[in-house]
Amino acid sequence: MLSEYSKIVKDGLWLNNQAFVALLGLCPLLAVSNTVINGLGLGLATTMTLVLSNTIISLIRNFVPDEVRLPVFVLVIASVVTMIELAMNAWFFGLYKILGIFIPLIVTNCSIIGRAEAYASKQRADKAFLDGLFMGLGFTFALVTLGSLREIIGSGTLFAKAELMFGEAAKTWQIDVITDYSGMLLAILPPGAFIGLGLLIALKNIIDTKVKQRKPAQIQIPIQVAQEQ
Amino acid sequence: MNAIIKNTLSAATILGIFSLLGLGLTSLTFHKTEAKIQENERQALLANLKAVIPESLYDNDIVNDTLEVTDLNQDSTKPAVIYRARKKDNPVAAVMTVVTPFGYSGNITLLVAIKTDGTLTGVRAIAHRETPGLGDKIEIERSDWILAFDGKSLAMPKTQEWAVKRDDGYFDQFTGATITPRAVVGAVKNALLYFKHNQSLIFSTTESTPEGGN
Repeated sequence: MLSEYSKIVKDGLWLNNQAFVALLGLCPLLAVSNTVINGLGLGLATTMTLVLSNTIISLIRNFVPDEVRLPVFVLVIASVVTMIELAMNAWFFGLYKILGIFIPLIVTNCSIIGRAEAYASKQRADKAFLDGLFMGLGFTFALVTLGSLREIIGSGTLFAKAELMFGEAAKTWQIDVITDYSGMLLAILPPGAFIGLGLLIALKNIIDTKVKQRKPAQIQIPIQVAQEQ
Repeated sequence: MNAIIKNTLSAATILGIFSLLGLGLTSLTFHKTEAKIQENERQALLANLKAVIPESLYDNDIVNDTLEVTDLNQDSTKPAVIYRARKKDNPVAAVMTVVTPFGYSGNITLLVAIKTDGTLTGVRAIAHRETPGLGDKIEIERSDWILAFDGKSLAMPKTQEWAVKRDDGYFDQFTGATITPRAVVGAVKNALLYFKHNQSLIFSTTESTPEGGN
């Protein structure tokens, strides 16, 4: 039972990461990852949408006939996103002004309907909730990683404009990674997003291969020790 | 046959119920957040106005004392809003929402505040899609460039010098970006000319009531 939950966590964050492995939701991923704060903002909004839509869809899955399943899912997702958009507009106005046009686009993030159809519509609510949470966090992780990469290379800073999300106190959070940096336009513009994502996926593949190679080696060590004794 | 109709009807009913639920929840959220969102927008506008014209200069409800004109931004489909600052009912300054289509990528929207004597109290870029790192230096958060307009008028520098240095004018351009500052200087100059020719008209109508002003 526990392993099933840990599988959900591992899948969401790494093995089936929606951005790095499933390559879903690329439109928001590439458009909004020019700074860490933008990435974090959209990532959290997407996570919230995934958690709510997955939970609701799992709860109603037994009342929805198969024929109208997809329209109902779309309806649920659209309502959830609209409510999140209104809530952000009311309580995180600064961030809303930056992410504004991308929030309705969460609806079009195929990983949301993807998780609804492939997972939430077949599973208990607690598992669907967890799946939504970790798929969302995995997506946020991708956005934040790509965001830091592009922000450091593009403008030489990190956490710029954090006050839009965390209030006035966060104004001092900005780190000038490279001082007196004139910036590299390519990283900020859309091509930088594609190149950055490509590099990150390559890095993930290298890590995965390394981990695979190391696993048999780890088993051999105790045997060698035994032989020496 | 009957079974098919029954199935279809029940599926349709369920879809209908979910539509109503979604609609209900969304409108509930809308009503809960509406006031807060309007207040946010008003505060954002006030903060922008405060940046271009000192609050001490006027005592009227500047956000609601507005005038819409169609001949200021000739390429724009929407009428331009002019906020009028008055002290003891006397005109003090006008803050104009100027849109220029000559930016590097799309429209640049500026707030231009002009005192009745024709001098600028401030200019701010409030919306644009200029290149990050180059053209976005018109934002006050990124560079002081936009402050160069403070205190200027059509007399200082002279009308023909209202251009960037590249065009033998008075104003600096940025390294690597001439188009954006050229567009902004041109738009501010247009606003000054418009104000000069229409000043009496701009202040002629009295303060609109809160119900009428929008």
